[in-house]
Amino acid sequence: MMEIEQNMQDTNMKSEIPLTHGININNLERSDSGRNRVEYETTIKVVDLDLYYGDKQALNKVNMEIPRHRVTAFIGPSGCGKSTLLRCFNRMNDLIDNIRIEGLISLDEEDIYSRTLNVADLRRRVGMVFQKPNPFPKTIYENVAYGLRILGVKDRRKIDESVENALRGAALWDEVKDRLQDNALGLSGGQQQRLVIARAIAVEPEVLLLDEPASALDPISTLKIEELIYELKDKYTIVIVTHNMQQAARVSDMTAFMYLGEVVEYADTNTLFTNPAQTQTEDYITGRYG
Amino acid sequence: MRQRTKEWYKSGAPWIWLNAGAVSISVLMVIGLIGLISARGLVYFWPSDVLEGHYRESNGQEIPVLGEIDTVEIIPASRARDSGYTIEGDSEVTRYLIKVGNRDIYGADFKLVMEPFLTEVTYPEDVLVVERREWGNFYGHLKSITENGNVIAEGAEAKKLLPARLARSVDLFHQVRSIQKHEIGAINFQLEKLRLKKRGLELKGVKDPSAYAALEEEAKSLEQKYKQLREKMTELIVQSRRDSIIVTTITGQEITLPLAKVVRVHYPNAMGLWQKIGFYFEKLWEFVSDEPREANTEGGIFPAIFGTVMMVLLMSVIVTPFGVVAAVYLREYAKQGLLIRLIRIAVNNLAGVPSIVYGVFGLGFFVYFLGGNIDTLFFPEAQPAPTFGTPGLLWASLTLAILTLPVVIVATEEGLARIPSSIREGSMALGATRAETLWRIVIPMASPAMMTGLILAVARAAGEVAPLMLVGVVKLAPSLPLDGNFPYLHMDRKFMHLGFHIYDVGFQSPNVEAARPLVYATSLLLIIVIVLLNLAAIYVRNHLREKYRALEN
Repeated sequence: MMEIEQNMQDTNMKSEIPLTHGININNLERSDSGRNRVEYETTIKVVDLDLYYGDKQALNKVNMEIPRHRVTAFIGPSGCGKSTLLRCFNRMNDLIDNIRIEGLISLDEEDIYSRTLNVADLRRRVGMVFQKPNPFPKTIYENVAYGLRILGVKDRRKIDESVENALRGAALWDEVKDRLQDNALGLSGGQQQRLVIARAIAVEPEVLLLDEPASALDPISTLKIEELIYELKDKYTIVIVTHNMQQAARVSDMTAFMYLGEVVEYADTNTLFTNPAQTQTEDYITGRYG
Repeated sequence: MRQRTKEWYKSGAPWIWLNAGAVSISVLMVIGLIGLISARGLVYFWPSDVLEGHYRESNGQEIPVLGEIDTVEIIPASRARDSGYTIEGDSEVTRYLIKVGNRDIYGADFKLVMEPFLTEVTYPEDVLVVERREWGNFYGHLKSITENGNVIAEGAEAKKLLPARLARSVDLFHQVRSIQKHEIGAINFQLEKLRLKKRGLELKGVKDPSAYAALEEEAKSLEQKYKQLREKMTELIVQSRRDSIIVTTITGQEITLPLAKVVRVHYPNAMGLWQKIGFYFEKLWEFVSDEPREANTEGGIFPAIFGTVMMVLLMSVIVTPFGVVAAVYLREYAKQGLLIRLIRIAVNNLAGVPSIVYGVFGLGFFVYFLGGNIDTLFFPEAQPAPTFGTPGLLWASLTLAILTLPVVIVATEEGLARIPSSIREGSMALGATRAETLWRIVIPMASPAMMTGLILAVARAAGEVAPLMLVGVVKLAPSLPLDGNFPYLHMDRKFMHLGFHIYDVGFQSPNVEAARPLVYATSLLLIIVIVLLNLAAIYVRNHLREKYRALEN
């Protein structure tokens, strides 16, 4: 940790640019927060991230590397900042007034908080699925085609194809192929959530952020979503926030335990659950608090 | 006992009774209102029987009476004595208001009659009621029909001949009116346009005589056409003057009524129930489809219905986009701070400003300032006669649009606020910008709320009279704001309005007793028009609601 800070300060002094922008991350040394770490290719890199809601600090010096085409889970008690961190990755927090973010997040070595970056473009590259299914009050077809229409795709055949692929990818095609023109609000909760996932993958993102995607669903729908996550990781980098530790253990490759805005421990899922390094982590996963 | 009262009180039952009672009273009041208006208004068109009798006036004079009973009142005998009648005892006396018609002869349509002095009441079948284009109804007996002054039929034969002769004259009348309104109206419209073109050329300083010659040429051909139509019309008028009927009043006076001045005749005492019902609907149809006659106290009120609907539609077209755009800014883009709160309070309070104030504003700003400037800039050739610098349909619609703007803004804002943020986030997370989210998701989902605002706006606007008197409504408009002359919709024209019609007939009418049922009938019609407009809007809203059903969970 000291090393990084030192490094950052050096960089800072050299370029005299603010902490959040324009840091050449190639100059930074890799930090290994987790032990027994398998070397993965990094997609998202978080360096010294602080986040304030007004005066209240919600994230405190978060450092993290999220591997490509793997599932990374954030666990921790309510209010620990895991959703806030997740929403930093597609700059969803920008929509909140009075928010201040310091530090660096890069996606494929590109600073996502850079002034020159197009936020809409970033959000297309980093898809997101929310806790509650939020399909638009449109037809099933139009829900999935929405992102493509925003991108300006006009070719009907291309849209048809993408919609079908996305629905197949979200394991929903067989259930809805005969009623694509029905209102999406007529689907069940689990189907709606898979529709939302289909909607997100229709625009072919690189990263998929899942914010407690199964917490509003029944066990069978939850199982389906988990299976889906398992299938999707071949093509997408997935970050999932969950309350459910079994779920994290089942679906993720890497797990971060967060507490009071800090990443307490970030490690291989197996290691974190079987042999946690911190007593806090152990207390949490054994159910002593949280 | 006390315990039980307390328990009853605690059970909440009194509260339920209070709630239910309030609802019942409201419902009863609405039913009562509509019932009263319908009862008073719809009776007007019924052909009631005409009574004939002898009446002794307070001065002892014996006179025959012929007419229909309009109202029945019971008054104390002392009041009858005050007006000169000799009545024994303290009992009560029935007093009739009888519509005797023949205003041209008697001077008044109505006569007050004390029941005890009315004798020998009969309902003879040959009593004729003539509805005339002037002077109201005539009550009497048919004597003969004349053609060019020569009697061609008398008595029963005249009665047989009358319907055909009347149909012919009514047909001629309609032909004349059609020529006058449509063909001559169109020519006048074009002539006026030519005059303005010529004046425009003069103002521009065009000296080339060929430009003027072309206009002159066109004007000449129009004049020619006008002359032909004029001749045709004169001929029709002469034809329609051919037939007359000679009728006698109950006092035996003989009167010649040209059939050209007659709208319809009927023998109420000889009519069966079905005939009366048929007559009733004929009159009702005339009321909603025809133009008013005799200072709005007779005939129909079609121009007023048309004007009301037209104005409300125009107002909707203006207020909806304007209000929605304002609400979207207030709710979606503006930074929610003190200023926005102040603006919101101001907008809400605008709804409470008395409507006449809007009328004054409309007159000062729209009519004089905007209209006056439009005239100087775009219609200099028509000066000094104003085109838009005078009250008219456009300014009335704009004034009402401002009046109803707060309603639309508030309703739309509420609709926007109700859309869950998760839906917006869902759209943004897919790479949509704020504007794209707004147009593709938020506005369609808020559209039922906008329609709700529009429904409230329509209800308010259609019932408003005070501001309209300043910015465009008139007692009698010579032509509808929509006709066959380009550009078809004439927003600069003055128009008639049901609400103002009620006011005009009720307060300004020379013939109060005759106008009273019309006030009720017009009120009923106004309510029906508002209900229909609202039903249309509600239909659209429910359709939208079904389509954009918000997330329920």
